[in-house]
This record gives sequence, structure tokens and C-alpha cells, in this order.
Amino acid sequence: MKKLINAVDDVVKEQLEGMALAHPDYVKVHFDPTYVYRADAPVEGKVALISGGGSGHEPMHGGFVGYGMLDAACPGEVFTSPTPDQMYEAALAVNGGAGVLFLVKNYTGDVLNFETAAELAYADGIAVQSILIDDDVAVKDSLYTAGRRGVGTTVLAEKIVGAATEARYDLKQCADLARKVNKYGRSMGMALTSCTVPAAGKPTFELGDDEIEIGIGIHGEPGMRREKMKAVDEIVDDMMAEILDDGPYARTVREWDNEHGEWIDVELIDPPFEAGDEIIAFVNSMGGTPVSELYAVYRRVAQICEGRDINIVRNLIGPYITSLEMQGFSITLLKADEEILKFWDAPVNTPGLRWGV
Amino acid sequence: MTVTKEQIVTWLEETAVVLNENKEYLTELDSPIGDADHGINMTRGFNKVMEKLPTVADKDIGNILKTTGMTLLSSVGGASGPLYGTFYMRAGMAVMAKEELSNEDLYKMLQAGVDGVVQRGRAVPEDKTMIDAWTPAMSALKAAVEAGDDTVTALEKSVAAAEQGMKDTIPMQARKGRASYLGERSIGHQDPGATSSYLIINALLETVKGV
Ligand SMILES: Nc1ncnc2c1ncn2[C@@H]1O[C@H](COP(=O)(O)OP(=O)(O)OP(=O)(O)O)[C@@H](O)[C@H]1O
Ligand SMILES: [Mg+2]
Repeated sequence: MKKLINAVDDVVKEQLEGMALAHPDYVKVHFDPTYVYRADAPVEGKVALISGGGSGHEPMHGGFVGYGMLDAACPGEVFTSPTPDQMYEAALAVNGGAGVLFLVKNYTGDVLNFETAAELAYADGIAVQSILIDDDVAVKDSLYTAGRRGVGTTVLAEKIVGAATEARYDLKQCADLARKVNKYGRSMGMALTSCTVPAAGKPTFELGDDEIEIGIGIHGEPGMRREKMKAVDEIVDDMMAEILDDGPYARTVREWDNEHGEWIDVELIDPPFEAGDEIIAFVNSMGGTPVSELYAVYRRVAQICEGRDINIVRNLIGPYITSLEMQGFSITLLKADEEILKFWDAPVNTPGLRWGV
Repeated sequence: MTVTKEQIVTWLEETAVVLNENKEYLTELDSPIGDADHGINMTRGFNKVMEKLPTVADKDIGNILKTTGMTLLSSVGGASGPLYGTFYMRAGMAVMAKEELSNEDLYKMLQAGVDGVVQRGRAVPEDKTMIDAWTPAMSALKAAVEAGDDTVTALEKSVAAAEQGMKDTIPMQARKGRASYLGERSIGHQDPGATSSYLIINALLETVKGV
């Protein structure tokens, strides 16, 4: 293993220390328990938006802490979910009196830890809501699995809902918007190479020199299928077909009912894309793929959308939700209505995403 | 026959020892159907419990177990952290203020813990999770306690059932947690969480037998 690290056990801590030193105007880092939070937190009267998950996906989530996006991020060890005390104490630190919204990627570890944190925060009298992001179309079956994983749509949701908190949406409005963004977003990823978790010291999975894995999540989860390497256009054609031809996705998720202090089952159905839709197209690097190749991907994405009468009205291209040094990319398409576009265009000022300021 | 507070403390210590001994094994089980961290997660948690234990060892059983649960909650992470954290917290709440446990108390305590795990994780039998070790273990324990078996005999029956339940996870297809994404590829592997649960019940038996 060749990595720019000191000791394996210090990887996350030292990376966060570096971040705090690099961006003191934006973020502060609290240790024991670990969370990254806005330098100006708590912002009075504003809903606080909190996310988190395993480390190794940078700039997500810590890099998205700042004006117009997250109030706090809770990083776990590399590819391991954080613990409820991190989320709970982050909530206490950034709650500006208008409540806290957790944005949770659908991984069993993240879900169970955030659920516990929501109960702790509620017990302390903090209004809390929790919305799940589950947008990975590579997972076909929701009945006999833990459901679709949370991937690229998470970044878009953090941006859009973060802007809504700045506009002083109340907690329920923020939760409704987050649910809508998740409903309209679909993603699909692929890998050219594996990646190495520092603590493991060896690649998460083996991939031959001429092989690619289609339908991976963001931790090197097993994909839908393994194929021989082929031209980028062909790869994009396959992935776009998975996203655009994906039918309605129905499942039951658990949401926190802050009024009654209990978990309730919510039935959700994501409608498929249709001709005439306006969308935000997000082409993301898994970490090791250069931006030049992402543009080759985007070229094909744009061609396909044009052919299907789907109108890309905004785009985002770059490494935003990564899997360490993995080569590969993901495509996220988000159907954008007026409200979503307004908050997408609103100013954002974080270490990892910045415009309009 | 009763289980004393000292035995509960010894049980937790014994659990830490056994998990450390089986760290590689649990992590290996978590490789083909998970992310190869279950042994790492469990030992990180129980080593923290060992640091905390001296500060609460003179408290009642309920408080000792609650502290254990809180400690696991904030140190294990992953799926198993909130599940085992909930297990010990709920178990503790079921025996608050007690200094020793009758067989009925012991059953009630463990069942409360298992109910907590089910509530949190929503697994049902045959989802290929730790529940597949706990469910048969609790049925066997209940039957033995009702039949008036002594503590060791009752726990022996429970441990045998847990071991069988653990082995029965091998042919199952996972429907919960990370392993579920493998679909049919999860068949043929023993579930790491069911294995750690078996080790935990077995540590209780060993403790009660040993004193
Ligand atoms: N919903 C559930 N209910 C009960 N047990 C579960 C559930 N989901 C997973 N498990 C148990 O958790 C074990 C895996 O625990 P582990 O410590 O490896 O966490 P993990 O799933 O790898 O978490 P993470 O993905 O955050 O790393 C499984 O073997 C299974 O027994
Ligand atoms: Mg694991």
C-alpha cells in the first residue's frame, strides 16, 4: 500500500486537523466526539442541516460545511459509519433554535446510528427530522435487500436543502424539500480500479487489468456485473439506460415523527424520468479519474439526453463524492423544478463547493 | 440459583477476552459478505467497555449494563454498534437496581435486550443476522427456566441453540445489512453478527460455570 499517511490509526484525525488549519474561516473541528461544524454556528433561527458517514468520500461531507450547505458533518473512520454521540453532540452545537435535519445515506450502519442520535436529540427537546437518501439504481430489489444505497444525490441534496435553510425554510419545509430531491434523483456508478482502505492495507476487491465493475456503490460494494473494458460511450450508454429506463421505485422507509416522538413508516415512490424533464446532470469522479475523462463522460450524457428530449439545465462535474483513490465515475440525474433550481443557483460558500459569493 | 453482580462483571470481561481472541475470525467472516470490520468493530467497543467498567463495577447490574451499552454505542460504529449498544442498554433497564438475578430475571434481561435489537434493526428470523442466534437461544432459555432447570443447565441449552442458530445462517440468503446487496452470493457463509452473539452467550455460560 502506497499512501500519504503517517500512522493508519491517525488518518482521519490528521486529515481533519489539516482541514481545520486550511479553512478556519469556514469550519471548526471538534474532537472526542468528532464533528466538523460551521465556524459561525449556531446560526440563530435557521434550521441546522447535518450529515455524515464514513470517511473516504471527500470532499463529502466535511468539505460541504459552510454557508448555504451543511451546518455540521460527522465523519466516521474510513468507510465505517460514525456513532450517535457524534451526531447528537453536533446537533447540540449547531442547533440555532429552529431544529435539526439529518440527511442520511441509506447504509444500515449510517441509518441505525442516525436513528439513535435522533432519539437522543429529541429527548433533549431538540426538534429533529431525518431524511434518507437512497438513489443508487444499481440496487434493483428493495424487498430482499437493505434498499438502494445513498450516493450522488446526497451532494445535490446538501446543496439544495442547505440553501433552503438559509432562506429560513422551517424544519418541515426543509424535510419535504429533501424528500423531494431524493425522489427526483437517481444515480449509477462504475469502477475501473479498486481502492485501499488504510486500515485494511489491501484493495477492497480485485479487478483485472482489462475489467470494469458496473453498478458499484461508494465503498467498493459488489456491483451489478463485471465486464471487459470498453469505450467510454458504450459504458455511458449502459449506465444512462439504467437511470433513464428505471421504472417507479417503491419502498417503505422509516422517518422520525417529531410530534409524537416515534418512528413511522412512510411509503415512497420515485417516478421515472420522462421526455420534457429539466434536469441537473452531475458527473462525479470516484477519486482517481481525472476531470478530462469526466468531460468525455459528460459529452455522451449530454448527447443521450438530447436524443431523449431531456433538457440539462445545470451541471456539476468533478470529484465530489469519492471512494478514496478509486478510478471510475458516477452519473446522477436530478429532475429539477423551479424550487430546486432556485436553491441550486443560490450562493454557496464551503471549502468544497462555492459560487455566487 | 442466582447470577451475582460479580458474575455479570466477569461476563463482560470474559466477553472482551473472547472477542479479542476471535477478532481475526470475526473479521474474516465479515470479508466475503461484509466489509471485513466486524472483529475490529467489536474489539474496539469491548476494549472501551473494559476501560469504563472499573468506574461502575460497584453499581447495580442495571447500571453496569446500561453503561456497557452506552459505551458500545459511542465506540463501535457500523451496524453492530447501535444494535449491541441497544441490547445492553435495554437489558440493563430490565434489571435496574438489582444486585443479583434469578433465572427468571436473567431471561427477562436477555429478552429485553433482544427485543431492543429487533426494534432497532427490524430483522426477522432467517434474514441472516445476529437475530438468528438470539431467537433460538431465547426460546431454549425460556423453556429451560420454565421447566425449573438450574442456571448452568438452562444456559447450556441456550448456548447449544445459539450455536445451531449461528450455523444455520450459513445456507441463508442475507436480507438485511451490507450482506443483502450480495443476493445469492451471500449463501454459504456464516453471519459474523450471529457468531459474535453466540460468543457473548457462551461467555455468560462459561462465567456462570466457572464460579
Ligand atoms: N438490521 C439488522 N438487524 C440485526 N442485525 C443486523 C442488521 N444488519 C446487520 N446486522 C448484523 O451486523 C453484522 C455486521 O456488523 P458490522 O460490525 O460488520 O457492521 P457493518 O454492517 O459492517 O457496518 P458498516 O457498514 O457501517 O461498516 C451482521 O453480521 C449482522 O449480524
Ligand atoms: Mg462489517
